[in-house]
Amino acid sequence: MKLLVCINKTPDTTARISFTSDGTKFDSSGVQFIMNPYDEWYALVRAVELKEQLGGTVTAVHVGSADSDTIIRKALAIGADDAIRINKAPTDAFDIAHQISVIARDQEYDMILLGKESIDYNSAEVGPMLAELLELPFVGFANKVESNGQQAIVSRDIEGGVETAIIPLPVVVSAAKGTAEQRIPNMRGIMMAKSKPLKVVEPLEVAQTVLPVQFELPSGRTTCRMIDPDNMEQLVELLHTEAKVI
Amino acid sequence: MPVLVFAESTDGVCKKAAFEAVTYGAKLASKLGTNCLALTIASPENATELGKYGAHEVHDVSLGWKHLDTSIYSKIIAEATEKLGADTLVLSHSSTGRSLAGRLAIRLKAGLVSGANALPENGDDGLQVRKSVYSGKALGDYKIIAPIRIISVMGNAFSPVVTGDAVEVTSLEISTEDSKIQIQSVSKVEGSVPLPEADLVVSGGRGLKGPENWGLIEDLAKALGAATACSRPVADSGWRPHHEHVGQTGVAIRPNLYIAIGISGAIQHLGGVNNSKTIVVINKDPEAPFFKAADYGVVADLFEVVPKLTEAVRAFKAQ
Repeated sequence: MKLLVCINKTPDTTARISFTSDGTKFDSSGVQFIMNPYDEWYALVRAVELKEQLGGTVTAVHVGSADSDTIIRKALAIGADDAIRINKAPTDAFDIAHQISVIARDQEYDMILLGKESIDYNSAEVGPMLAELLELPFVGFANKVESNGQQAIVSRDIEGGVETAIIPLPVVVSAAKGTAEQRIPNMRGIMMAKSKPLKVVEPLEVAQTVLPVQFELPSGRTTCRMIDPDNMEQLVELLHTEAKVI
Repeated sequence: MPVLVFAESTDGVCKKAAFEAVTYGAKLASKLGTNCLALTIASPENATELGKYGAHEVHDVSLGWKHLDTSIYSKIIAEATEKLGADTLVLSHSSTGRSLAGRLAIRLKAGLVSGANALPENGDDGLQVRKSVYSGKALGDYKIIAPIRIISVMGNAFSPVVTGDAVEVTSLEISTEDSKIQIQSVSKVEGSVPLPEADLVVSGGRGLKGPENWGLIEDLAKALGAATACSRPVADSGWRPHHEHVGQTGVAIRPNLYIAIGISGAIQHLGGVNNSKTIVVINKDPEAPFFKAADYGVVADLFEVVPKLTEAVRAFKAQ
């Protein structure tokens, strides 16, 4: 089975979010970048597990500049066989989907996996965009992904239940919690990653359809009102009359 | 050109997400001086109700099955957008809407902003849409410069508002292929409120000390009619199932009321809940960072105060 995993680079989950003084760009000074947790913990690990089960290869693909090579090496250490970096700081999901579609169209992967969303812009756009560009089925927010080599068997939460669907390969699947368990790369994996192939390809020209204008931090809540622990009736009253939520 | 809203349905019924999207679409249409149209797929039984939330017309494309097939749904919605002459398409920012929005952006060569939490500003050079970014830690404004605009609306950001009467459903002919997706099973989770759609959520953290004390959370949730959730350490130590973990790497929620009990409020946890309308924090440590993100705080031993709160809620409900 030929698997492709799309990996994105995001600020660390504990990073303090701030923007440049004119508010037009994310201020990356002092911020540590990591592989997007949904891509790493769920999509990549599940792809490696499927390869271990059914045989085949796992390729990691990333759109980014040379400073992304650390996270690409981590993907190789976790178990991807090779990696492709499209040499461009991406503008948005529309850009990333177009760049990856060029690689995927040419290579005919059986399954393309990615995290349900990236933790920076939370858009969940790349998966469905990529599927549409490749004219493939897309199943989003999977909690379980199995395959027999011919079909994917994918479970996802729907309103009030769990749906399990059988989809003929090839397919694009976005992975959420439950798909796999996080794997910490071991020393052998880290050593092997150094000699695994990382191909760098040049990007395609993509016109933007949406422009970021400005970012700001939320004003936050007005001060927290402290309630006497012996007066829970007052809390209930406030939730009813002031907050109007019960 | 009209605003078209895709009103999603589950099990043949349009629910809150659809009414919210139509409410948003109707407000946007009146801002743009145009009409709001609604589109349903597979003939949901209450489609006429969409008129009450501001849809001038409701169009339905019938289908021989009810499951979501993103390839076919996006073909239907894209063709309907063209047939009805709409230049703005609104979807819910649910798992259904999000699975379709990206496909539609490619099909319609449209500009997409996912997860809008405010009505757009209408400038000369395009619509400017605000959404939350960095898992709720910041806000971003985006300008759509493509001729066709797609916006998905964040759940619970716009309460459904009844403004008019039900309208008759018009059938729209769009040819479709058969779905290649075969549904193996749909298992129903009975009784409990599904977390992402819950209006009220009671959540427990490490302060509960062990799974044997979870009853405190459940009793309060039951009294309120709320769903239960937990912090990551609680899910990781196996006290509660992973699907109840809310936070940046778990489920992101935005209920009307979030009650956090024995959760200190690490930044990753706040990332998943700080869009909640009202936050109540119960913690014995007055320095817990969560109090800074809360509307109401109670500094107390949770084992003493939670049963009192449950009792107060029961008394209130009995009135």
